[in-house]
Amino acid sequence: MTYPEDPMDTTIVPPRLSAGLSLHPSGATHGGENTPVIDLADVAVWYGDYQAVRGVSMPVARNQITAMIGPSGCGKSTVLRSLNRMNDLIGGARVTGVVSYHGQDLYARDVDPIEVRRRIGMVFQKPNPFPKSIYDNVTYGLKVNKMDTGRTDDLVEQALRGAALWDEVKDKLKTSALALSGGQQQRLCIARTIAVRPEVILMDEPCSALDPIATGKIEDLMHELAASYTIVIVTHNMQQAARVSHRTAFFTAELDDAGVRHGRLVEFNDTGRIFTNPADKRTEDYITGRFG
Amino acid sequence: MTSTSQKVAGIPAAPSVRRGRPRLGEKAIEALLVLAAIVSVATTVGIVISLAVPTVEFFGTVSLGEFVTETLWTPLFAEKHYGVLPLLVATLIVTAIAVTIAIPVGLGSAIYLSEYAGNRTRAFLKPILEILAGIPTVVYGFFALLAVNPWLRDIWPSQTKPEFQNMLVAGIAMGLMIVPTVASLAEDAMTAVPRSLREGAYALASTKMQVSTRVVLPAALSGIVAAIVLGISRALGETMIVTIAAGLKTDGIIVNPIDGAATMTAYIAGAGQGDLPVDSLDYLTIFAVGSTLFLFTLALNALSIRMVRRFREVYE
Repeated sequence: MTYPEDPMDTTIVPPRLSAGLSLHPSGATHGGENTPVIDLADVAVWYGDYQAVRGVSMPVARNQITAMIGPSGCGKSTVLRSLNRMNDLIGGARVTGVVSYHGQDLYARDVDPIEVRRRIGMVFQKPNPFPKSIYDNVTYGLKVNKMDTGRTDDLVEQALRGAALWDEVKDKLKTSALALSGGQQQRLCIARTIAVRPEVILMDEPCSALDPIATGKIEDLMHELAASYTIVIVTHNMQQAARVSHRTAFFTAELDDAGVRHGRLVEFNDTGRIFTNPADKRTEDYITGRFG
Repeated sequence: MTSTSQKVAGIPAAPSVRRGRPRLGEKAIEALLVLAAIVSVATTVGIVISLAVPTVEFFGTVSLGEFVTETLWTPLFAEKHYGVLPLLVATLIVTAIAVTIAIPVGLGSAIYLSEYAGNRTRAFLKPILEILAGIPTVVYGFFALLAVNPWLRDIWPSQTKPEFQNMLVAGIAMGLMIVPTVASLAEDAMTAVPRSLREGAYALASTKMQVSTRVVLPAALSGIVAAIVLGISRALGETMIVTIAAGLKTDGIIVNPIDGAATMTAYIAGAGQGDLPVDSLDYLTIFAVGSTLFLFTLALNALSIRMVRRFREVYE
């Protein structure tokens, strides 16, 4: 999808999340092909006194699909949710280290989480369309972001086409979203996410509640979306990570000396390398099925 | 279990699944549960019958036309008129004032408790709210008469001050009385909305208020309407507050809320104090008014069910 008239086009000027000056003047950290959109430096996420995951340092590259894999409880979803401050909604959750978005610390005091989520959208594990019509699901984000001026019908069509759902729903836009199949619901959730034109889409195991055919459609869609969006996907399905992603981060959970479980990032590299020639023994054990 | 008696030498007996001793306890419990269900149904039927029979008798003497068009209700006076409109209008005015207060305050509290308050704040406030719902209505009645009304007369801008007993204070007190009911039930309905819907809305850059009003409120609508209807039903049926604070005046339709007027319930309470001879026409008026009130509540419930079907957003 292209939005030639989009004033928010971020290829030239990094978006501002706060009223203050961004940490780096435009151009200093931006514009190069290799400049990460999101960069994590020694990130740890805490729930109260419990450190759920630690030691996460990795970049998220523009227009690429970055996968996070690992066994249950390794903190991959927790890290994903720290990228658009969804963890704010959980009482007692906090992040240490630096999560930067175009050079701006997402957890700086003057950052507005609403603005963060405008630019970094999210698709969830279980399809969660609103109990409204298909049309209203797509326009919801437009309305709350005051983007529904004028050509709303066009924007809805664009978003649904972008999510490869238009042909299936164009004749029943006013019917309930809950009447759709699980795979269609998930594509609707992708449509309502791209309707507000984020730069980054976070996907938290988006296919775990879907059958293989619906999963295949979503994976095809992800390839298309990567042309316009930067995608981070958490998946417990290693084949899926191998199929769709450019780069892969492998997380695992380990007991510390006191016997407490913490998740941590083990290895981050090009997906090809992770799956054929991992540097770490734990990664190799996991992808060859000896663990997890 | 009779397997031992069937054992044949050399061949192991098949395990028996045949009926053994009847489980008497189970039967007894079922009977008790049926009895409990019958008690409440039978009571309702009994009440409807005991309302309907005297009501029919009443309309044998007074015409239905007079009952619904006459503008005076003076069955206990020398010159008798049997127009229920004054009672009806007073009931509607007091209820409307109560609802005007209870819906915004009740829903506001519910939204605060469900969407804004932290766990600790909610754990502290919700029980207090529910205790408020348990304050006896007679207390609210005197609260209206002795606390709200003097204050109202103090701040009243015009020269004609509210009467000693008036519909406005009764409505205010009644509104405050049903706030906890509305708030508590609406909060339950909103809390039941799945977290995943809220997360979906937050992920689309919604503010808290947008999540509350555009996602949670519509999804919880059926529960919220039920909360409001229960509140209105309590207001319609409330007797003590209106008897104390709105008075028993019934001679003519009174629409100014700062004047006193008897509601249907207040008339019933006032007239039914035991000095009316049984089966006299005066006595039958109580039942005619009671039936009218009953029909009103019934109609309200039916209306709200239709409204909910029409507007609610069903999640799963």
